[in-house]
This record gives sequence, structure tokens and C-alpha cells, in this order.
Amino acid sequence: MSTLEQMYQQVILDHAKHPVGRGLVDLPSADQGHLAGESHQVNPTCGDEVTLRVDVTPEGSVAGVSWEGQGCSISQASVSVMTTLVEGAPLAEVARLDRLFHDLMSSRGKGLGDDDAEDALGDATAFTGVSQYPARIKCALLGWAALKDSLARSGALATS
Amino acid sequence: MTTTATVRPGDTAPGAASAVGLSTTELAAVRADFPLLERTVRGGQPLVYLDSAATSQKPQVVLDTEVDFYEQRNAAVHRGAHQLAEEATEAFEQARAAVAAFVGADEGEIVWQPGATAAINVVAYAFSNASLGRGGEAAVRFRLAPGDEIVVTEAEHHANLVPWQELCARTGAVLRWIPVTDDGRLDLADLDRIVTERTKVLAFGHVSNVTGAVAPVATLVAAARRVGALTVLDACQSVPNMPVDFHELGVDFAAFSGHKMLGPTGVGALYGRRELLEAMPPTVTGGSMVEVVTMESTTYAPPPQRFEAGTQMVAQTVGMGCAAQYLGELGMAGVAQHETELAAEMLKIADIPGVRVIGPLDTADRLAVVSFVVDGVHAHDVGQVLDDKGIAVRVGHHCAQPLHRRFGVAATARASASVYTTVEEVVAFREALAGVRAFFGAE
Ligand SMILES: Cc1ncc(COP(=O)(O)O)c(C=O)c1O
Repeated sequence: MSTLEQMYQQVILDHAKHPVGRGLVDLPSADQGHLAGESHQVNPTCGDEVTLRVDVTPEGSVAGVSWEGQGCSISQASVSVMTTLVEGAPLAEVARLDRLFHDLMSSRGKGLGDDDAEDALGDATAFTGVSQYPARIKCALLGWAALKDSLARSGALATS
Repeated sequence: MTTTATVRPGDTAPGAASAVGLSTTELAAVRADFPLLERTVRGGQPLVYLDSAATSQKPQVVLDTEVDFYEQRNAAVHRGAHQLAEEATEAFEQARAAVAAFVGADEGEIVWQPGATAAINVVAYAFSNASLGRGGEAAVRFRLAPGDEIVVTEAEHHANLVPWQELCARTGAVLRWIPVTDDGRLDLADLDRIVTERTKVLAFGHVSNVTGAVAPVATLVAAARRVGALTVLDACQSVPNMPVDFHELGVDFAAFSGHKMLGPTGVGALYGRRELLEAMPPTVTGGSMVEVVTMESTTYAPPPQRFEAGTQMVAQTVGMGCAAQYLGELGMAGVAQHETELAAEMLKIADIPGVRVIGPLDTADRLAVVSFVVDGVHAHDVGQVLDDKGIAVRVGHHCAQPLHRRFGVAATARASASVYTTVEEVVAFREALAGVRAFFGAE
């Protein structure tokens, strides 16, 4: 596989074409005990954008993620894959996945070399090839930044 | 200053009319002057550099001139009585003369600046300072008050937009702009309603770094003159690629960067009509730009020194002077013709299914800067696939977000040429581009 094909894995191309979670869903009303937050993130160098909403259950897990965005296949596929990973996950697990994905992006194409970690990341390991291209790492991280920020804004991180 | 450009094509004097661009042998000789063009990228493939509008590559003679300055003449200029200081000052001033001759200006009308962005800001801040009363009665033409207007265009690079927005915010002046047509040219239909008695500054780009369109300078200068407004020309993309004569164009100020015209980074120039530079208050202040300094007050040196505060980037200015001379010896008419041929080759991408060019589709009044979008594939992804074949293009908004918004796109990919670009390179680019949609399975 060429480095280009390593970056544009089929999983990534599929998610870019058929994204999961795309289309903003109204946030739940607070009286159900849910916490909710929204974040808008921009990558100023290329104009990639994502607006992401997160809904957190009273027990502290992600009830739902919805988003709207425009940008390159890497940024859009990454939000999509992230959505599949974090839906239903407790916030501690979300924090771990966020850390692992950042580590993967710093791996310069080598991956994490840790089967447990790569199992946890699932389809997101397809982004290993992206980490060989310094200019594209930010694209892959855009959605994760939006998730982290929307969780912070929801207040869920303070209570958990 | 030494220039030993290995090519002196034809007998073409700088600016002289030329029916053809560069012959194959001339072009081969030009390319041999640029060491970087020999390197390979992405697994041993030849480099196809189509990002010269961002920054150009440098001929060996420019690199040698800078090294020679450091090895033989390095000293601070305009101070010190020693021989090196004399020689450094002479190199610095000769470079100024070379750049002035290249752009149709007098020596005293070229002010060294770190780049075009800095140069435009000098003018904007001079207006600001004059509006606060600095420069006295002489600077009255630079005074702005609430209700005055500054006119720009929707096609501007942020460097020729944001400084004017900021100036408006500081003075209460109002920013207005000339819109852009669907084919990426300035829409002059309402020019007389936009440039009015209230207009104090008309700032516009000579050649768009996105669409490649050449602005109708004569029409715009005439409109500004009718109402007594000062013109500021962003000449970043014109000076490297076509004959430019500021006196002939009749603009009041112009800005351009060394690094886009085969020269070094860190240096550029502000052109100002002599009488205006004389009347203009300084912006950056400190050493080297003064006459008499007491604890209470200071008098300022005449231009250009008034606008050259601090120790100057002498090696870069010498490099920029050498680049101007190199281009002058090539002959800018031939260079422009060469680029028109390349523009025609580039524009054939419009025939590739799914490719849309942002900008004029004909080669009249446009240079070889072609921005485009590919249906169903983001510009960043387009750039990546081209890069995989060794083809370097720029992706993003190219520091012109309002223009991209005008065309309803967040980002475009852009191919741009310089003197050393070949038709074969453009063909390689077209072929690679034709495969992009298939790679992403776009239907
Ligand atoms: C049209 C135009 N204006 C202004 C600039 C700013 O030039 P610099 O970044 O060298 O100051 C550029 C280049 O980026 C440009 O293309």
C-alpha cells in the first residue's frame, strides 16, 4: 500500500461518504437530568468546520452525539468514526479514547503498538496513516476537539 | 552587486514587447539556475512546483549574492566610517536602485520593508498617525475622520483588507468595497457610487492571488483621482510575473514582497510617490530613522530612511535587488507571455468532469494562477493526491476568505506558475487531477 492509500483507508472513505451522526439533533431539556453542550470548532488553515452537540445521561455516559460540518474527508470521517466510538460510553472511557487517539496521531505512522489500545480505538486505528502527514493531523483531531469542548460546556466533566 | 544570471534570452530589454515567451532552450537554462528544482519528493519523483504564488524558488545567483554579502561585506548600513560599512551601504543602496528600476520608480521612492504585509501596514498606520495630528499640516492628506471612506475590493488578500478594517476601527472611517463578478473580475458597474467624494483611500490588488485576474488599474486610478483619493496597489502577484511600471500606472503607493519574485524572505518594498512619502508621518520609530533626538522630541530623516527604523535586513535587500536584476535581464514581457501560455494550459482543467475553475476562463488580463474546486472532493484531499505524485499546489482559502465566501466555497486548490514552470509540468498536473475523483469514488 502506498502512503497515500495508507492514509485514505477504505473505512475512512466510507465514513466520509456516509457519515454517522451527521445532522444536528435538538438538545434534550434539562429537566430530564441530562446535561448537554455544543461546540463549534474551526481549522483556520483550511476552513474545516464542525459544530457538535453532546447529550450526557444523569449517570455520566454519552447518550448521543450529533454534528454538522464541512471539510476534507479526513476531518469528516474522523468525526463520524468518533461518534460511533463514544455513543453509549461512560465519560471516563471517552477521556481514555481521546487520549489514545491523540497518541495515535503523534505516532508518525507507527501506530500504538498496543493491542488493547488499538482494539479500543476500533475503526479509528484506520487514521494511523494520517499521522505521517503533519499537515493533516489537525483535520483528524477537529471532531475530538469539538467533543471535548462540548463536554466541558455541558458541565458534565465537572460533576463526573 | 554581482548578477551572473546564466540566461539573457534574445535581445529583449526589460519590458520590451516580445511575441513569444521563453524558448525551450531559454527555459531549460532558467531551470538550471534553480537548484531546488532538481530535488525529488515523495519517493524519488521529480518535483512539480506549482505553488509559486505562495513563494517562488530562488536562482543560484540570488543565493550566492546573499552568501557573498555575508562573506565579504557584512556590516550595518548608514553608520560607521569603516570600509565594510561603506561597502554594505553601497550594496544596500544599489539593491534599492535595482528594485526601483525594475518597477518604474525613482530610488527615493522605494522603502525597504520586511514584506508586502508590513508595507501596507506602514501606509495604514501613517493615516492613523496623521489622523491623530502627527506629521502636522504637511500630512493633511493622510487625515481621516468619521464619515470618510476607504474602498477596497472583495478580491483582496487579507494583507490588503485587514489593515484597512483596523484603520477604520481606529479613525471612524467606513470601509466599502468593489464586488466581484461571477467570473472573478472586479464588478465596476457601481464604481461611481462606491468611489465618491468621501473616499480617501482606494486600495486594490493588481493581480488576484486566487483568480489570477489583472485589475483594470487605469480605470481605478482615474476614479480615485476624480475624487482626490489616494491609491494603494498590492503588487505582490504582478511584479514577479509581468512588466510593472508604477509611474506609468499612476498609483500613489504600492507594496510587493521579495520572496515571491525569486528573492529572499524577510524583505519587500513599499513604493510611494516622492511627495507623498515626504509628507507622510513615520509609523515604526527608533534608531536610523531620525535627524535630531533630544529628551523632549525628535525630528525625522527624509524618506526612505524615515520608514526604515532599526538595523536593516541588508543581506535580504541585496538578494532582492539581485532577483530584480535577474528578472529584468530575462525580460518581463517574455516572462508574461510565458505565463499566458501556462495559464492557457492550466485552464484546460475546466474540461475535466467535476472540475470548476474559480476565476476567468480566458487568458485575457489574467496570469497563471488558477484556483479550482473538484465536485465531491475537498480541496485538501485534492492537494494530497497531487502531492502523492510530487505535484505541489496550495489548498485552503489562500488568505482570501471573503472571496471564497463570494463563490460559496470554503477552500480551493490553486496551481500557480513562475518563470521556471514548464508546460510539461502543467500537463502532469492535469493528468493527475483527472484521476482525483476516481480515487475518492466520487460519481
Ligand atoms: C496578493 C497578495 N497580497 C499580499 C500578500 C502578502 O505578502 P507577504 O506575506 O509576503 O507579506 C500576498 C502573499 O501572501 C499576496 O499574494
